[in-house]
Amino acid sequence: MTVLTFKGGIHPKYNKDNTASKPITSLAAPKEIVIPLSQHIGAPARACVEKGDAVKRGQVIGEPGGFVSVPIHSSVSGEVKAVEPRLGAMGVAVPCVVIENDEQNEAVEFERLADWKKVSPDTLKDKINAAGIVGMGGATFPTHVKLSPPNNKPIDTVILNGAECEPYLTADHRVMLEHAEHVVEGLQIIQKILNAKTGIIGIEENKPDAVSAMEKACEGTDIKVVRLEIKYPQGGEKQLIDAVLKKEVPSGGLPMDVGVVVQNVGTAKAVRDAVVDGIPLIERVVTVTGSAVAKPGNFMVSIGTPVSVVLEHCEVDLEKAGKLILGGPMMGFAQYSAEPPVAKGTSGILVFEEKDVEVTHPLPCIRCGRCLDACPMRLVPADIAAYSDKRMYDKADANDALDCMECGSCAHQCPSQIPLVQKIRLAKSEILAAKRKKG
Amino acid sequence: MTKQLIVSSSPHAHSGKTTASIMWTVLAALVPAAAYSVYLFGLPALTVLLATTVFCVIFEGLSNFMMGKPVTLKDGSAALTGIILALTLPPGLPLWICGVGAFVSIVVAKSVFGGLGQNPFNPAMTGRVFLLIAFPAPLTKWLVPTGTGEMLFNKPVSAFDAAGNLVSAGAANVDAITAATPLGLLSEEGAKAVMGMDTSTEFLIGQINGSLGETSGILLLAGGIFLLTRKIISWHIPVSFMAAVAAIAAITHAVNPEHYAGALFHLLTGGVFLGAWFMATDYVTSPMFTRGKLIFGAGCGVLTMVIRLWAGYPEGVSFAVLLMNACVPIINMYTKPKKFGLQDLAAKKEAANA
Repeated sequence: MTVLTFKGGIHPKYNKDNTASKPITSLAAPKEIVIPLSQHIGAPARACVEKGDAVKRGQVIGEPGGFVSVPIHSSVSGEVKAVEPRLGAMGVAVPCVVIENDEQNEAVEFERLADWKKVSPDTLKDKINAAGIVGMGGATFPTHVKLSPPNNKPIDTVILNGAECEPYLTADHRVMLEHAEHVVEGLQIIQKILNAKTGIIGIEENKPDAVSAMEKACEGTDIKVVRLEIKYPQGGEKQLIDAVLKKEVPSGGLPMDVGVVVQNVGTAKAVRDAVVDGIPLIERVVTVTGSAVAKPGNFMVSIGTPVSVVLEHCEVDLEKAGKLILGGPMMGFAQYSAEPPVAKGTSGILVFEEKDVEVTHPLPCIRCGRCLDACPMRLVPADIAAYSDKRMYDKADANDALDCMECGSCAHQCPSQIPLVQKIRLAKSEILAAKRKKG
Repeated sequence: MTKQLIVSSSPHAHSGKTTASIMWTVLAALVPAAAYSVYLFGLPALTVLLATTVFCVIFEGLSNFMMGKPVTLKDGSAALTGIILALTLPPGLPLWICGVGAFVSIVVAKSVFGGLGQNPFNPAMTGRVFLLIAFPAPLTKWLVPTGTGEMLFNKPVSAFDAAGNLVSAGAANVDAITAATPLGLLSEEGAKAVMGMDTSTEFLIGQINGSLGETSGILLLAGGIFLLTRKIISWHIPVSFMAAVAAIAAITHAVNPEHYAGALFHLLTGGVFLGAWFMATDYVTSPMFTRGKLIFGAGCGVLTMVIRLWAGYPEGVSFAVLLMNACVPIINMYTKPKKFGLQDLAAKKEAANA
């Protein structure tokens, strides 16, 4: 079987063996749950509960703040203790609903749908919207928005992203193994909504068991399972489309410009659960691993569970820890505290011992060209970073800083260990700020 | 929680390949050729190697100190410059001239531009060319390989006198015999003078006279291929460099074999291997993009041959590399690939369907 790929990219150490074979186990929700009102790209949700209110599992506690926004649901039953800012994954306090879990696990009545094939696409989309589903690969873009392309952009292909190219993470891998049918059903629902004829599931070659599981689940359907080269960032939306369909999404454009929508396999499962079982997005699979984790694994975690609770369960000695990352090592966010809660986009929790954390001392650029060989967007990261250093943001813009998706391939390769992504990110925010100012 | 966690921007993973590890790997790739030159020429080669390297390291440290910059000796770039410079120099060169070469390489060509990564010209090449122009006589006094060499090969190591006759160097007159290099001979006397030379084997193994590093083609090639396999360099510059040299030599030889030597002779003599694999591939002073590397390599090859065949110097590698160094910014400007998402989508679609 042919193996598909894109140009550029890198081969980081994958380190998935510790958790790839560990089945997903449920983690009991703790006494106190902290649910951020913004777990997605777009407008934050508005709290619709107050201190003292009783809430049930699956009840809406935050209403969407606009079209590009989603509702937030309680993941436990109990009493609202506060609606207040708490430390979030971005290092600053964000508005959260704090709920005291009464451990009764009393849920609202989930509205089941026996046969979704008979329901209109708009109804299906409303159900997805109401379930608060966002892209679960980490980007957390509201799914119903992605499923609402303008009329002049017909979608012919839906690609499910099962690449899971981030090192260490195995959550998607386990979902594909354990919920193959649900993932496929989710893809079929998405295809129906978009009226897309072709459905493709792309999986990196290092997950042969997932490939066969998905192939089995796809029997009797038109859905194709394709193998992808083991390369980072194979799961980048534009790279995945390039690999699978040999189509380049135009610069500044979206996959729908080439008639494609990409969804993560975890998102497809969430779509299916929302449509068929009526269950909103209140829990997700999280890979917990790293050198400081005594008992690594893949866990079904209630949204709002503080990271510290998860780490306690996995017997992590935070005194020995040097670095705590939410997400993968390539694009995840380092935390200074284990206080932030698990949110809809938290695909992994990585903890490394201090001895395994390299504190880098950048040297001058030697123009070796490794960054541009690695860049999947064919940019020259070293140049953009240099312009960023000199605050020449217009030049950084002219060098296509805004095309950077911050995958981190360049910085991973840089022999001078220059924090290229950090510098480019700064340039990007300055460029965007200047553009907003101009209007 | 009292524990301080380390917070940094993503990515949190690194390939492990650092500037220092790259420099030391290149240095390791040069060790066989350098060792062979010591074996071939004995002490005169060893002193040049040691002198340039030590001087380069000293000047690098001094520059760091004077500029108030962190000490950059650990990255190995100064030592590497020293070794490469030594390999372009004739064995037995007076130590103070080695020192001047190291000064020009490290201080003039590198530090004044801002140190590692900032120099437009290859430091070792700049040093060598400066010495060649400033001290033409000692720089073209080529020792005949002698001493230990003949013991191992069990036959006299060969060299050529000014008339192109094969001369043997006895162990008795260690550093007395000097002779023109094959290229020098070619330049002065034409192809007839070198026609009788058994080019392939002796040149490849390196039983000829010349600078430290232009003697053993096979060890330099091995070092270059080692760098290729370790993905330190790509094939584009060395291959286009050597291809251009070979092509021009082959064409001119075909037109006038009396006057011009053949492709193999030009590839195996002088500094083509050293230049193509180790000097033109210097990251800092070579283009960043694939197409640019091909243009750069070919340009080096063409200029080398132009100088060899029609200019005043018998050897042109170092001039060629420096001249092409000057073209790097403009090459980069014109060879930058199109970013992702600007390709002709229709053409790609057709290719995908075909």
